[in-house]
Amino acid sequence: MARAFTPKVITANDLLEGDVIYFTAEDTWTRELSEAELITDEADAQLRLLEAEKQNIRIVGAYLADAKAGPNGPEPTHFREEFRRTGPSNYFHGKQEAEANV
Amino acid sequence: MYKYNEFDEAFLAERNAQFRAQVERRIDGSLTEDEFKPLRLMNGVYLQLHAYMLRVAIPYGTLNPNQMRTLALLAEKWDKGYGHFTTRQNIQYNWPKLRDLPDMLDALGEVGLHAIQTSGNTIRNTTADHFAGAAADELTDPRPYAELIRQWSTDHPEFQFLGRKFKIAITGSSADRAVIKAHDVGLQVVEQDGKIGFKVIVGGGLGRTPMIGQVLREFLPQADLLPYLESVLTVYNVLGRRDNKYKARIKITVSENGIDTYRAMTEEAFMAIRGQYDGTDQQLLEEIKTHFQAPEFRAAPTDAFDAAYANDPVFRAWADTNLAEHRADGHAIATISIKAHGATPGDATAEQMRVMADLAEQYGYGELRISHQQNVILPHVHKNDLPAIHATLKAHGLATANIGLISDIIACPGMDYCALATARSIPVAQEIATRFDELKMEHDIGHLQIKISGCINACGHHHVANIGILGLDRAGVENYQITLGGDATETAAIGTRTGPGFAYDEIVPAVERIVEVYMAQRESAEETFLETYRRIGMEPFKAALYPEAQKKVA
Repeated sequence: MARAFTPKVITANDLLEGDVIYFTAEDTWTRELSEAELITDEADAQLRLLEAEKQNIRIVGAYLADAKAGPNGPEPTHFREEFRRTGPSNYFHGKQEAEANV
Repeated sequence: MYKYNEFDEAFLAERNAQFRAQVERRIDGSLTEDEFKPLRLMNGVYLQLHAYMLRVAIPYGTLNPNQMRTLALLAEKWDKGYGHFTTRQNIQYNWPKLRDLPDMLDALGEVGLHAIQTSGNTIRNTTADHFAGAAADELTDPRPYAELIRQWSTDHPEFQFLGRKFKIAITGSSADRAVIKAHDVGLQVVEQDGKIGFKVIVGGGLGRTPMIGQVLREFLPQADLLPYLESVLTVYNVLGRRDNKYKARIKITVSENGIDTYRAMTEEAFMAIRGQYDGTDQQLLEEIKTHFQAPEFRAAPTDAFDAAYANDPVFRAWADTNLAEHRADGHAIATISIKAHGATPGDATAEQMRVMADLAEQYGYGELRISHQQNVILPHVHKNDLPAIHATLKAHGLATANIGLISDIIACPGMDYCALATARSIPVAQEIATRFDELKMEHDIGHLQIKISGCINACGHHHVANIGILGLDRAGVENYQITLGGDATETAAIGTRTGPGFAYDEIVPAVERIVEVYMAQRESAEETFLETYRRIGMEPFKAALYPEAQKKVA
């Protein structure tokens, strides 16, 4: 039996900055996972990934990552994506640092 | 130390200019990522979890003070104020921006450093014993040969698209500090009938199929080094598998075909290749050797050292763990631990790098080394200067007395940075070091090597650790397997798995239980962990780690 489809977001790294970005429903990129489009339809997912990859001039390595709906938008379901949206655990660097400076 | 000549400088400048243009073409859209990726990788530029990463080679682990200051400059100007020294004598910057990378490479080029072939399926940075040229037990300084290999392998057209990456390590001593048996090719300088040559080991490696290298040639005359290496690589290029990435390393080629076949094919290729070498390489080697002449070691009393050693217990503890025997009278090799308890193994701040550069300049005959164990070394210091050196190190958080002890942990970047990782390794290292520092047991435990990898690729050398830790992803949760009895020295051995893995919050207590067994079972304080393990075997450790399973058996 095929495995049930789990919701996804599209994520990549920014070409110039190298940091983690997410694809929104408006075909733009955001640095906040909570602002990403949560894709719940399997047929949609591949089409949206193709749409995201049209912007390959500005991004690197777009892929579909598992996510789930949360009260403030999509949330990660796996610790790898949790690190990607936060930053390393040995220093207060990356997204956690950027957010603290807002 | 090797100093670039005009050819080297021009080559590097041209290469950096090419890369600058490639970056521009990627940014303006002329190159796709698929086209750009192999180009950036050839220049040491990775894309990791949170950012780009630049891996800079420190050839055979040797740096002069100005090179170290440039590494500090890169950390400060284009990164977040620190650099990470790796297990293959490289330094990694975790936060560069794409547009800055060409400037970083140019700055490195100014002091004769580069990032060429720190990635990709090429011959990587040739690593060497970090005590080379200084160790009392050394036959001869292996670094001129390493430099010869660097020049031969850099941009070698035949070896830019190997089946897989290819790593060479060299030592001039029978005490192996360069893990030569876990490299694709390991070289040990040996002497036969009064002549210098090499023992050639092939097919070692860690990763998902760990293997200890086998002897390909017991004695290779010095002059045959390059033609023979070329033969080994040529056979690998032809015989090595390209159908499966995980079976592409030379260790698999040797294991599938057998060492005897590999040897016969290498010798056959060698017969054809040797004639192509007309002695130019040997002239070059002689020229390179002039760069590696030992400093004029000064003769002076060691009274200041003796007084500090007798009167200052903190200095004495540091001297007992961090100094090694030097070949010159009155001198020592001083290892600077960049593993303060609770800090990230291998990380040094820009300020610390400058302090170490200054110390090398003032007291260390202008030389620094980086070890695969992720520490920095002042290879030549007069003992009388050690109290002053120690005082400066102390003032900058660099005087941790833990070399070879349980907190001198090798750890790969793991899931905190690496795109390939399956679990974190840095916080595990931090917590083990902190825990045993709290217990104040470290010096009592004695020599014990813990090595941690955050994935099966084993950059953290966990297979050859006395206690190895491998972080995996088990159903979306970090899980850590333990191996015991590995050995990274001349008596190299792959560790044995204890059994099922441990959750993130169980791994430090598990290590503690292993150490408790050792402390209870050792015959004397002189018997190291590895010796005890070899004597008593796995069972007592298993019993302590898996009490439930033991109960079931009973």
